[in-house]
Amino acid sequence: MFRKFTLRVPRLILALALILGGAICVFFLWNVQLIIAGKNLTSIGILLAGLVFYTGIILIISMFQSETVLSIALLLPSMVAVAIFVYGFIGWSIRVSFTEWKGLNPDYTWAGLKQYYLLFQNNPRFVIDVRNTAMFTVGFILGCLIIGLGLAILLDQKLKGEALFRGIFLFPMSISFIASGVVWGWLMNPSTGNRITGINLIFQTLGLKSLISLWHSTPMPWGMAFTVIPAVWQLSGFTMALYMGGMRSISDDLREAARVDGASEFQIYRFIIFPMLQPVTLSAVIILGHMSLKIFDLIVALGNKAIGLDVPGIYMWTTTFDGTNYAQGAAIGVLMLVSVAILVVPYLIQNMRTETQL
Amino acid sequence: MNKKNLYGIVAILVVAATVLSACGPKATPTPAASTEVEVFSWWVGPGEADGLAAMVKVFNAQYPNIQFINAAVAGGAGTNAKAVLATRLAANDPPDSWQAHAGQETIANYVAAGQVLPLDDLFKSTGLDKVLPATLLPLISQNGHPYSVPVNIHRSNVLWYNPKVLAAAGVTANPKTDFATLDAFFAVCDQIKAAGKICLSLGAPWTAVHLFENIMIGTIGAQKWSGLWSTPPTTDWAGADVTAGIANFAKALSYTNADASTMTDWQPASKLVSDGDAAFNIMGDWAYGYFANAAPNGLALTPHTDFDWAVAPGTYGVFNFLSDSFVLPVGAKHPDATLDWLTVAASRPGQEAFNPLKGSICARTDCNQALFSEYSQDAAKDWTANVVVGSLFHGVVAAPAWAASITTAVGLFQADTTKTADFQAALVAACKSDGTCK
Repeated sequence: MFRKFTLRVPRLILALALILGGAICVFFLWNVQLIIAGKNLTSIGILLAGLVFYTGIILIISMFQSETVLSIALLLPSMVAVAIFVYGFIGWSIRVSFTEWKGLNPDYTWAGLKQYYLLFQNNPRFVIDVRNTAMFTVGFILGCLIIGLGLAILLDQKLKGEALFRGIFLFPMSISFIASGVVWGWLMNPSTGNRITGINLIFQTLGLKSLISLWHSTPMPWGMAFTVIPAVWQLSGFTMALYMGGMRSISDDLREAARVDGASEFQIYRFIIFPMLQPVTLSAVIILGHMSLKIFDLIVALGNKAIGLDVPGIYMWTTTFDGTNYAQGAAIGVLMLVSVAILVVPYLIQNMRTETQL
Repeated sequence: MNKKNLYGIVAILVVAATVLSACGPKATPTPAASTEVEVFSWWVGPGEADGLAAMVKVFNAQYPNIQFINAAVAGGAGTNAKAVLATRLAANDPPDSWQAHAGQETIANYVAAGQVLPLDDLFKSTGLDKVLPATLLPLISQNGHPYSVPVNIHRSNVLWYNPKVLAAAGVTANPKTDFATLDAFFAVCDQIKAAGKICLSLGAPWTAVHLFENIMIGTIGAQKWSGLWSTPPTTDWAGADVTAGIANFAKALSYTNADASTMTDWQPASKLVSDGDAAFNIMGDWAYGYFANAAPNGLALTPHTDFDWAVAPGTYGVFNFLSDSFVLPVGAKHPDATLDWLTVAASRPGQEAFNPLKGSICARTDCNQALFSEYSQDAAKDWTANVVVGSLFHGVVAAPAWAASITTAVGLFQADTTKTADFQAALVAACKSDGTCK
């Protein structure tokens, strides 16, 4: 690895200057605060100084002329950051979930599985959360897959203005869940009588009074089903894009061959396209599923923390930050992580296996 | 990447590092001088931010050598601010003083965690102990020591109503005098319901807890309400009083609008009243500013004709309060400046500057009433004369974890009002889990 080493004096001098300068800056900022225009920029200053320091080290490593060593050196900072800020904090949450911590001061008294037990033992709110999440996940994934695939098939017909439609269908994805939750909250306003607005007003004007609905304020448990509508509206375009990518990668020769053999268009989709899209469906289910299992923003904007539309994310927020019950909140967070992991980890393992086979 | 580019980037980094190290020392003020006080609050909205600015003006005039640093964090009722504050406290970087709801939200959080100091001396030196209602002090104290300086007082138990809707429904009862019991109120509700209007408008889910506390006080009275929160409780959570309160709450909910849970906050519910769609709304007195202030922050309505107010049904003679207050942290970076700030917050000039703009009344009973709105003058009279009890949802009587459990229980009950036994069992369990009930 270190066989080739070429000493370059100018580069070495520069590297040493950077290392020294960076180290001095870090040391300096560690002791004195950096305040510019009333803003405390100490942490950003330390970060920049650290970068300068590390650039010097990279310059020295680059003299070894080994790509492996250099790439490890370049990746190391982000690997350390991910290890601390993602996995370190996951570990810390798990630790907190086994404690009695309630109130502002940390209390690491061992409580075993008590926090989890409290969630599963006679806790009607958590039962509602699990039911709502299941209902939302099933509706959301099925809705996105069916509508997404339908749109993809339509756009696959090589029609004019395809790019325009693709843009229109994909566009809702660029809106944040909070914003679409607020807007769909207006559209799905359940008021009646002289206060009728939104979609209900359209129904009334069109004379479709039987369609006027309470929307997401429908009594439990079915109110949750209506929250699927904005979510599907927002992400079916994304699913469509996934499927279109999959369809584009299917060679036209296959379709031609099938046509020559006398297959109808329906049969081409049924026996050639759909089977070849299976990996795309799997990816879509994983991506959509992990979104819906930890959904928070859309639901909180639509439901304003109403119990009928409660999900674990909201329960976690109110328990932790309104109720200062940090141990219980951590337990809810860990359960959310586990539910996502059950979905994602097997997929990642399978991906890794196929990659190593290649 | 070719070499020239690489050296270019390196040169830029070197220059950046030089600049950083050069401007570092100059930009750093000497931290030793106690010439600043950093005050943390969630007052950024219309009215409240103006009130804070007015109080800061009083502070600057009295202490010109202290620089006031406003560390306000936006977000309704301080939800975001409390999370930010918790982070700063955990990182051992407390502001010099921060806003906290007076009562258990201060005591169970910051006092229990040993993060704030008692203020007996300040209460004496500013005379605050003499000018606060006697019933208030125990509610904001722990073991006889007050821990926060109440700046303002809001009232929770106010019934807002639309006189035109009442007249149109043929209601002859006067809400200001005739709703001594909830039954009298429900009788009027039947009339209004028959006239095709919503009797009691309800907003976002948290307003149901606000309604719950006022219906409970209206049913069991001030003394038994306070008994629910003493240690150990002198009013039995599992007893018949609470059962009767729950029954009245269920009845009150039956008169509310079906779309309450889709409302984003309390304002849409108040607006139902001023729009003439609903007759009554039980909401805190911050609703006055919303009704009476000029656009865009208010509806610019005329008191007594477009809207009117009374004490919530069954709670005549009771003042259900909540209060914003400021604390003295343990290990404050500038303890003297913090005490100066608290002195201004406790003083008559400070409170007279802040409260008329915020739409609240002075915690002190000796403020000049001519500065205040008609509603506030009414409330200030009651503040001196009434029995003072503490609000549940707004952090006075219960620790945050306890209040959060009750909020969950109320939400579950609101979703299915037939489950009265489950609701009461959940209330008993919440009290036990807090440790107040055995």
